[in-house]
Amino acid sequence: MDRLDQLEAQSVYIFREAFARLKRLALLWSLGKDSNVMIWLARKAFFGRVPFPALHVDTGKKFPEMYAFRDRYGREWDLDLRVEPCPPIDAVDPTLPPAARSAARKTEGLKLALAKYGFDGLIAGIRRDEEATRAKERVFSPRGAEGGWDVRDQPPEFWDHFNAAPPPGAHLRIHPILHWTEADIWAYTQRENIPIIPLYLAKNGKRYRSLGDADITFPVESNASNVAEILDELAATKVPERSGRALDHETEDAFERLRVAGYL
Amino acid sequence: MNMIVAHRPVAPNVATSSRPLVRIVIVGHVDHGKSTLIGRLLHETGSLPDGKLDTLKAVSARRGMPFEWSFLLDSLQTERDQGITIDTTQIAFRTPHRDVVLIDAPGHAEFLRNMITGAAQADAALLLIDAHEGVRDQTRRHGYLLHLLGVKQVAVVVNKMDRVGYSEARFREVGDEISAHLKGLGVAPAAIIPISAREGDGVGAASPRLDWHGGPTVIGAIDQFEPARALEQLPLRLPVQAIYKFDDRRIVAGRIESGGLARGDEIVIMPAGKIAKIRSVESWPAASPQTAHRAGHAVGITLDRELFLERGDIIGHAAAAPRATRRLRARIFWLHDTPLNAGDAILVRLGTRESRATVAAIDQAIDPGELASGTSAVIARNHVGEIEIALTQPIAADLHTDNPHTGRLVIEVDGRIAGGGLVIGLDAAPRAAPVDIVPVESALRPEERAARYRHRGAVVWFTGLPGAGKSTLARALERWLFQGGGAPVLLDGDTLRAGLNGDLGFSATDRSENVRRLAEVAAHLARNGHIAIVAAVSPSAEDRAAARRISGALFREVHVATPAAVCESRDPKGHYAKARAGGLDGFTGIGGDYQPPEASELTLDTSRHTVAEATADIARMLARTGVLPDAVADPAAS
Repeated sequence: MDRLDQLEAQSVYIFREAFARLKRLALLWSLGKDSNVMIWLARKAFFGRVPFPALHVDTGKKFPEMYAFRDRYGREWDLDLRVEPCPPIDAVDPTLPPAARSAARKTEGLKLALAKYGFDGLIAGIRRDEEATRAKERVFSPRGAEGGWDVRDQPPEFWDHFNAAPPPGAHLRIHPILHWTEADIWAYTQRENIPIIPLYLAKNGKRYRSLGDADITFPVESNASNVAEILDELAATKVPERSGRALDHETEDAFERLRVAGYL
Repeated sequence: MNMIVAHRPVAPNVATSSRPLVRIVIVGHVDHGKSTLIGRLLHETGSLPDGKLDTLKAVSARRGMPFEWSFLLDSLQTERDQGITIDTTQIAFRTPHRDVVLIDAPGHAEFLRNMITGAAQADAALLLIDAHEGVRDQTRRHGYLLHLLGVKQVAVVVNKMDRVGYSEARFREVGDEISAHLKGLGVAPAAIIPISAREGDGVGAASPRLDWHGGPTVIGAIDQFEPARALEQLPLRLPVQAIYKFDDRRIVAGRIESGGLARGDEIVIMPAGKIAKIRSVESWPAASPQTAHRAGHAVGITLDRELFLERGDIIGHAAAAPRATRRLRARIFWLHDTPLNAGDAILVRLGTRESRATVAAIDQAIDPGELASGTSAVIARNHVGEIEIALTQPIAADLHTDNPHTGRLVIEVDGRIAGGGLVIGLDAAPRAAPVDIVPVESALRPEERAARYRHRGAVVWFTGLPGAGKSTLARALERWLFQGGGAPVLLDGDTLRAGLNGDLGFSATDRSENVRRLAEVAAHLARNGHIAIVAAVSPSAEDRAAARRISGALFREVHVATPAAVCESRDPKGHYAKARAGGLDGFTGIGGDYQPPEASELTLDTSRHTVAEATADIARMLARTGVLPDAVADPAAS
């Protein structure tokens, strides 16, 4: 088995465990490269189907290309797509720096969607290598009723046995691609020929390496115009993936504060 | 702050690289320099992002502290505030000959459970000791836990050699002490390496200040670590995760934990022991179908016959199947605040099976720090021990020494993982027997009986509404088997209620007990070569599942699914009429409290078939499931 086969098998195992042990699952579809790989893996796990809703918490500020992608592949992949809006920015903690406040708004939208559908498990496409705080995550990660994450009180998780009983009022985040790296995502996208949003490919010397809201996400210098070239570029660079995400640079602990409050 | 500790230098072909991947846990006393060594390893292997050192130096300056290599890992603000590492972190990097995932397990005793979590996944370990301080309690504790968890490859790293003037004598002293300790545990250190992580000696290149050291550097030792045992060399183990019926296929899904499988393989489903063949190996997209898979693959298969199987069963090959057991012995580590006591009710997870269980006995309870095997009857948090577990149902399992994946389990308390352990003993006996009961084995072997009767032992369990035709079919089957020289025994529910079960009424509890006794008697007969034919309404799915567990692989369920209206019109015993008149409490049939089976071996509707046709169907089912030889004549013809 090569590395991609191993990663895929592990993710499929996690998907099937989640589906076997939770009653009301949803997959958070951010439309980015990671969540598209997730959907692909779900279809592998369930032989072509995604047997739970795909939830898009929509800030209303995504790039037009992202909406076009959502509408097209939501149909082509036969997803049970649920699009849920976010509250106005005024409803969000004004002490946060601007980009963090924008992200916190998404967290609020997610809480509303949770309240509306009563999901007990949310499948999210975070990866350990993205950001240091995410390296501490569990595959099955309990969230409090407010969506909060308590990094110090995580239940033990080992030998692929997962804690799947969230306390009353709480829910679980399930992270099927926690063990993947950015390069793995691209290598798998290439191997499986998974569609991507064209914003990831370079135009006029720039491309997006990570996609968020249009007003707080910036392209990086790049000439990579296809997935193979992206992989070459990643092999050479030591610039962090989320360098184009304003959120991560505002203060040392903005990301940590957001995660404690329920950000992905 | 935006830090990547897990930077993985990648080339386009890395994803398909065949370089051995080793998972290494790094453990040691809290102050012995673990984080410093990790920072230095990342630096020496060229794994740090551009500008990382400069950024960290700037952060240090802003905080008014001198730069430390350990800052690389102290990436959470909360962690810095607390001054210790909180949780298991995984760091990927490459040495000249290995892809490495380094698992940084916290050194602080308060967080020992996370260390265990980390060590549990590791192929190898680096055990770090301060040359100046020497072997500490915590060092011994870590060594002992590595032994308990079966991590056999351990390299001892003696750090802070700069603080002892790079003294070979001091290095030998520390090395001898830890070697003696590890050897007492049956662990031979792969290497003992003197280093100074802070100064960079002995980590990457050999250091002139340590020129007396003939052994490898840390990176050299990592290059010698062997990846995990080749699971695909072991017998097939496929724990069933789920059965999917999204379309007309009935797909059994799971991940192959060891061995391999291919289309056409004859398999056995444990613990029930049922035999089937793999009809197809399913995959999506269908464009590139594979017909064989090895350990590690997540697969879906379909079988050549409709069998009852469920999540938690383990599929193997008949020649090397896992054992079925209701009692096992495990060496466990305990992570829960409340100590584990003998008699405690627990939930055991092994593979994908979940089973309620009781702690039958605690034979040893050890504080790994003290290493004294106390007489304590409880296993406290962060302690280890050996326990006997009595399961409420048979499960499939292996000894840990035979199969690392299906030979380990976790224990859950209140829906939360509370401990884990390795299976070190399996008792194949169907249930725990008190010590003063000594079962006597039969003098005859099953094959001897099968040769005479020309069938194997079985329990044929007819379930269905009153009036469905269970007794009629049971008697027809009995007659037909007997005519063929077989040894059938009819156990009719009503008949046995006149004697053996005369003390039982029709409450749910009494009905369960009635079914249990029928099943025990039937299973005993079946184990002695008879075909025990049970005709009982047995309305509760749970009770029938219990009967199936008691009978194990011998159970064959026949659902006599005659429509309710037909049953009532027949009313052979006058019960429906009496119930309609209000004179029969707890009568199954009118109240709709019959729970039909979902996966019986056979379903029959007697309103649409003659008795002879139905008997022929049953005979075919018995032939298909291995009770009768294939060549048995069709009973409809006789």
